[in-house]
Amino acid sequence: MSLGPHLLLALLEGTVQAFVLALTALGLSLVFGVMRVVNVAHGTFFMLGAVVAWFCANLVGDHPTLGFLLALALSPIVVGSIAALCDVLVLRPLKHDPEATIVATIGLLYILEQGTLMTFGPDARPVEPPIQFRLLFPWFGYAGYKLVVVGASALLLLLVWVALKKMRIGLVMRATQFDSETAQNFGVPVERVYTGVFALGAMLAAIAGVLVVPVQQAHYLMGQDPLLLSFIVVIIGGLGSLRGTLAAAFVIGLSDGVISVFFSPTLAKILATLAVALVLVFRPQGLFGARQA
Amino acid sequence: MTRDNTKPLLLLHVGLLLGLFLLQFVLPAYHHTNMTRIMLLAAYATGYNILVGYTGLLSLGHAMFFAAGLYGAGMAAQYIGLNPAAALLLGIMCGAGLALAAGLVALRTAGVSFMIVTLMFAQASYLLILYFNDYTRGDEGILLSESSRRLDLGWATLDFVQPTVRYNLALLVFAACLLGLLALLRSPLGRVLVAIRENPERAKLLGYDIFRYKLMALCISGAMAGSAGACFALMFGYVGATYASIQYSILVLLWVLLGGVGTAIGPLVGTVLMFYLVETASDYTSSYNLFVGLFLVLLVLFFPRGIVGWLRDRAVPWLP
Repeated sequence: MSLGPHLLLALLEGTVQAFVLALTALGLSLVFGVMRVVNVAHGTFFMLGAVVAWFCANLVGDHPTLGFLLALALSPIVVGSIAALCDVLVLRPLKHDPEATIVATIGLLYILEQGTLMTFGPDARPVEPPIQFRLLFPWFGYAGYKLVVVGASALLLLLVWVALKKMRIGLVMRATQFDSETAQNFGVPVERVYTGVFALGAMLAAIAGVLVVPVQQAHYLMGQDPLLLSFIVVIIGGLGSLRGTLAAAFVIGLSDGVISVFFSPTLAKILATLAVALVLVFRPQGLFGARQA
Repeated sequence: MTRDNTKPLLLLHVGLLLGLFLLQFVLPAYHHTNMTRIMLLAAYATGYNILVGYTGLLSLGHAMFFAAGLYGAGMAAQYIGLNPAAALLLGIMCGAGLALAAGLVALRTAGVSFMIVTLMFAQASYLLILYFNDYTRGDEGILLSESSRRLDLGWATLDFVQPTVRYNLALLVFAACLLGLLALLRSPLGRVLVAIRENPERAKLLGYDIFRYKLMALCISGAMAGSAGACFALMFGYVGATYASIQYSILVLLWVLLGGVGTAIGPLVGTVLMFYLVETASDYTSSYNLFVGLFLVLLVLFFPRGIVGWLRDRAVPWLP
């Protein structure tokens, strides 16, 4: 293959990754923005989504499409409930203190990951894609299912965006983010909003996991890379800025796809982690976000 | 501090070290080796405690300083043929040097940002070790030859492979860290660090250059981590990337939390308990890291002062 088709493949892979990443990072960004909680367990919710998808596929048997739809419906409910439980049992008693909650979510990461290891096992398990067709380019074939991933992610991103900007729930969340005490005085049930936001963030990650699992296989450690990438995206996009998060997801997703095809993935990760540290130190508002009040 | 507590303090800590010294004569071989490891890890945790417990800086990337000592000493001994004493010194300098470099950048942030920046630096260090696989041998690690772990003193040879030498050297390193911490706490520098922990703004207002003091604390802490790492490499003859992974940054946090943040002997207590808990659990299940998670959550929720901190609150208020 010459450079042109190679680049096309890299861009295609990058686009798919960018959309999934946008979905995952949006969850992390919401949780940080509204609750000021750095959720280290976010990647675990992504993994749990994929694992639930595997269980759904097994439950249904020979109908991958049915299993996929079931997973899309079921995994946000299951993972969202787990996340809500984590918030009520662990984060709320800590009064959402930023430093204590980081330590606590590290603990949750271990508990959920090891819990999955005990029940689901150490093996990577494949899930069949719901549709089987291939896009035929002159140089290579491309799994059509990946376009479904892009479409579904885009739709979901749009939905969340509209909900946040146009609906009452978004208003309540923004009020809580802006000043939780004043919001409480105006009758916003702040504690419930926190639990809801934490569950919503986890649900977005879980759906990303469901979408990815047919091309990636389910494994109890599969949440680590998305966690790192989401961190990078959220920090470079500006902590708590949704628009910045989305912009950064596309930049990082595309460039990671391209860099990984042409250079060593380890090198790409080293550069990315260092970039995150430096952005946090020298430009804490992120590269895309404006400094917020 | 109204009462002079020097006497009970001295009694407690010298007694503790004496107890550790005598322990080697009664321990069976298996626990003898375990205790050697534990004392080194406790030295690492003591250094970490200077940062988190006495300066109020929560780092999530301390494994990079441990690994700096491990690789600095191990690679110098294996590839350049440096003698173990010089390699140990080099390891300590690597730990302190990396702490200085990382601190110059990371200490511009505080709180949550500092946690994430240190985490990212540590992850980058871990990945760098994997990336330079040709020299570090990545995950597989380097096995040090036995000849590189022997120190010729002229009148005798000190063999780092021998259990008795290892035990007493580990004790020496731990004692140095513990006594160093106690001396630090009584020195003006230590007072300033505690002032920074209690109220950084006020310390700044009083005219202290808090950036410089934090940097000093980080370097001391890094040097202790480096000494523990260097001894690990020289005594057990293995240098591998796992010691640089996030796991080892989290574990040291857990040991200090369990034993008691900001207590002198807490890190040792936490390390002993957690080491044996994980050891026992790993006999029964492969998911023994579940306990790491459970303990982290439970400690943060219900027992944030740790065992020694709880004792201090209840019974012995003079514990440093």
